[in-house]
Amino acid sequence: MVTALATRAAVVVPMFNEAQVIGNVVTELRGSFPFVVCVDDGSGDDSAAIARAAGAVVVSHPTNLGQGAALETGIRFALGLPDVDHVVTFDADGQHDVADAVAMVERARASDVQVVLGSRFLGAAEHVPLPRRLLLRAAAHFTRRTTGLALTDAHNGLRVLRRDAASAVRLRLHGMSHASEILTVLARGGFTMEEHPVTIRYTDYSRAKGQRGYNALNVLFDLAVNRMRAAA
Amino acid sequence: MIIKLLLIAALAAAAYTLMHGRRSALSLLVRRGIALLAIALGVVAVVSPDLVTSVAHAVGVGRGTDLVVYALCVTFLFTTIGLHMRLAALNDRFVDLARRVALNEAKDEAARAQTALAETQRSNVA
Repeated sequence: MVTALATRAAVVVPMFNEAQVIGNVVTELRGSFPFVVCVDDGSGDDSAAIARAAGAVVVSHPTNLGQGAALETGIRFALGLPDVDHVVTFDADGQHDVADAVAMVERARASDVQVVLGSRFLGAAEHVPLPRRLLLRAAAHFTRRTTGLALTDAHNGLRVLRRDAASAVRLRLHGMSHASEILTVLARGGFTMEEHPVTIRYTDYSRAKGQRGYNALNVLFDLAVNRMRAAA
Repeated sequence: MIIKLLLIAALAAAAYTLMHGRRSALSLLVRRGIALLAIALGVVAVVSPDLVTSVAHAVGVGRGTDLVVYALCVTFLFTTIGLHMRLAALNDRFVDLARRVALNEAKDEAARAQTALAETQRSNVA
């Protein structure tokens, strides 16, 4: 059932070689959202065809540009539709719950807050593997120190951006460091922000597709250089 | 020793370039100047190798060869940073271009999506 509240929200799903799971993810999303845009970031498999068959609009990068770039492309595409008032970002690997996304859009509408960020630590966090939990705690701490945002979960792919906040998303880090960069952009824009408890399904698939813990050091390096260059 | 100061200053400049470097007309001029200077110094060094050794002694390096190796290391570092920055700038443009291609190709899909969206809203109102 498509709720009236969800009709003007567009869901952006960046995907890269997700043929195994993308069909289910899109089908689930289409149950609640009329408009799902999958950004195919140069997949070598059938991800695009499967997503299209499941009812998504597919925007295809001619070649692999990185997840951050895919996210931004999807956001721009969604903003090109004048009826869209909220943009939802949603990971392709099936780790998010559609019900959470719907609740977050409803919350954004009800409170008129500009940004609602999913947090796996606000609710029950016991399913998060321990090493991951420690790493994400460190990331949240780092985010608080660098952006002033007191968030419990700095790297959650589930976000709801009101149109004005979404328009501000311009990224220079096209790869995996975009999650932190988005927060920096939103903090600088001074948008009103709330966190919403969400559940993350840690499946073998999402774990295999997920980032390695040591990539946090790459992210740190990207952010440091980007920050100093921006200050120059 | 003078060479230590020179090398540390060069490394600091490399770090600064990595963080704050901008491709400006001035930096282009500096690069070209350095290239011309390097050629001129190279000719001098080939013609009179002893001169290199005496310059090395003057800045506190034992052999002329060592001085050349130091200069080579610093040059290599700056070249690498310069290339890195150029590639990063190129990548930004490439992403921009590819995104435009993707959005352009998706125009029909956008039109269809827009119609579908409008219909859902109508049916919701009705």
